Amino acid sequence: MSTKYEKQNPAFYVLIAILVFMSIGPVLLMFMNSFKLDVDIISGTSGLLFLPTIQNYEKALCDVLWYEPDHVDFCSLKFGGAFINSLFIALISTFLTLVIGCMAAYALVRFRFMGRDTASLTTLMVRMVPPAVLLVPVFGLWNNEFCLDKEGLVGGFIRDTFGGRGDVCLAGTHSGIILIYVAMNLPFVIWILQSFIVQVPRSLEEAARVDGAGPFQVFFKVVLPLIKPGLAAAAIFTFRIAWNEYLLASALSDRNTKTVPILIVNNMSEFNVEWGVIMATGMLLAIPPIIFTLFASRQIITGMTAGAVKG
Amino acid sequence: MSRALANRLTPYMFMAPAVVIMTMALLYPLMYMVWGSFRDWNPSQTIGEAEFVGLKNYITLWNDPNFHESLGVTLRFAFFVVGFEMLIGVGLALLLDRNIRGMSVLRTLFILPMMIAPVVVGLMWRYMYHPTVGTFNRFLDDVGLPKVDWLGQHALGSIIIADIWQWTPFIFILSLAALQSLPRSALEAARIDGATAWQQIIHIKLPLMMPVLIVTCLLRLIDAFKVLEVILVMTEGGPGLSTEILALRISRTATEFRELGVAAAMSNYLLVLLLAFTVAMFAFTSLQEKRAARIRAAVEEDE
Repeated sequence: MSTKYEKQNPAFYVLIAILVFMSIGPVLLMFMNSFKLDVDIISGTSGLLFLPTIQNYEKALCDVLWYEPDHVDFCSLKFGGAFINSLFIALISTFLTLVIGCMAAYALVRFRFMGRDTASLTTLMVRMVPPAVLLVPVFGLWNNEFCLDKEGLVGGFIRDTFGGRGDVCLAGTHSGIILIYVAMNLPFVIWILQSFIVQVPRSLEEAARVDGAGPFQVFFKVVLPLIKPGLAAAAIFTFRIAWNEYLLASALSDRNTKTVPILIVNNMSEFNVEWGVIMATGMLLAIPPIIFTLFASRQIITGMTAGAVKG
Repeated sequence: MSRALANRLTPYMFMAPAVVIMTMALLYPLMYMVWGSFRDWNPSQTIGEAEFVGLKNYITLWNDPNFHESLGVTLRFAFFVVGFEMLIGVGLALLLDRNIRGMSVLRTLFILPMMIAPVVVGLMWRYMYHPTVGTFNRFLDDVGLPKVDWLGQHALGSIIIADIWQWTPFIFILSLAALQSLPRSALEAARIDGATAWQQIIHIKLPLMMPVLIVTCLLRLIDAFKVLEVILVMTEGGPGLSTEILALRISRTATEFRELGVAAAMSNYLLVLLLAFTVAMFAFTSLQEKRAARIRAAVEEDE
């Protein structure tokens, strides 16, 4: 690179060092504590001198480990199952949000049609609705209204195949949580993808049209490959929200569909906090977003600026 | 089907999935909520089975001192969080807007806190605030200062600090982007005219950044009303009601006390509040955009 770097005051570097320390200090602290025994965490004998142990991780992952660690007598924390639920829900909802959001953004940018302005404005408005506001109606709807009658054909079939006695409702299923995450993330994704699609040159699309491609072929073969950076940014944000969300998941999930954040909160509110295990679960939940950040920080920043500046 | 008709239908086919999902899981629930707020509704009933009570839920809330308390907590939280984050974030951006080696690495490290789950942030800080084993009190103890009851008496302040830690980088990154896209000519002209660094900030940089700053501020404000997990993990709303923000109260009322009607009315209050903020901010943005445009025009005329 040919950019010239100015020489800076030493105080300037000190400031930067402090900022970096403040920013990642707590994360490093948690990382280190997740390798300590509870005795070491509580006694606090010097922060850096300790014998690292993976006992906490073994305890957290006890239900998916292929061996039985001898210090775990009873596997109470079913972390592995929750981890798989989290992964499943986050990946599927990210994929669906991207496909659906991308199509909608394309229509809003490239076509003039009746109802376009209404759709655009509504998208903008529902972007600010907090999950806490959605909680009440979604809780009611998913439990009581979005159900298949057990006397009906489909409901009866599902009930007979998967068991259960009552009606088949959205609450407590993976689909129920995925549906609300897709809906919640759509406005944001549509919004930032619009600013990327606008930049795709129209002439490319017209050339494809002349060669005989239909609108869907143009969209999938010409437009999608060109907006990959935008898709990456949108994917990271959607995944992050679906992966981290607690409130709606806790209201809509049951014993078998709960995600990792719920598990962490449940363990926090218990009287005797096992710091080591809690830190290990926290670390496991934090790892995917941290990896994303390290590999795709450029896309994240692009997405953030597109989301804000265009807003 | 004729070709022309097919072409007319194309946009609707692209829009359809999004419209179906958003209607089913956002718009319909929101209408359902408004409808439910007029009813004495609990989670085991469909809305049709619940008794219609008119404005009773709204009046109950209006007369409930606890509701006012949590409304106050929410507003105080949002005000301090957004205020401090804007000050620190914009300040840092102005200070760090230079060509330095490794800026992209720094930015990556700064955005890390934002990506971590609020639940995890909550537990990290709950540990650091712990009265005996926590990092802060240990440090205070080591340097011979009295310990602080972080999550007791000063709970709201402590939560605000945690939020500042997580979200100041957001404002920092956006302000930095705004700063770096300012017209170089304007800054150059000011420097030649002999403006001091401070004058450049006040008269050129800040007014030109203002439209972006306002949108940033709005986004943070809306997010501040969404914060819930961090507080739930750190204090569970306590001690007393001192950190029970509205979002937490809504979720309690709905899931613990099973009063969906009251919770729905509360959600409506919150929604109206957010709407008012949004409208006010947008009005303010258009004003500031005009001002920024005037400054740009003035600079171009100078050349």
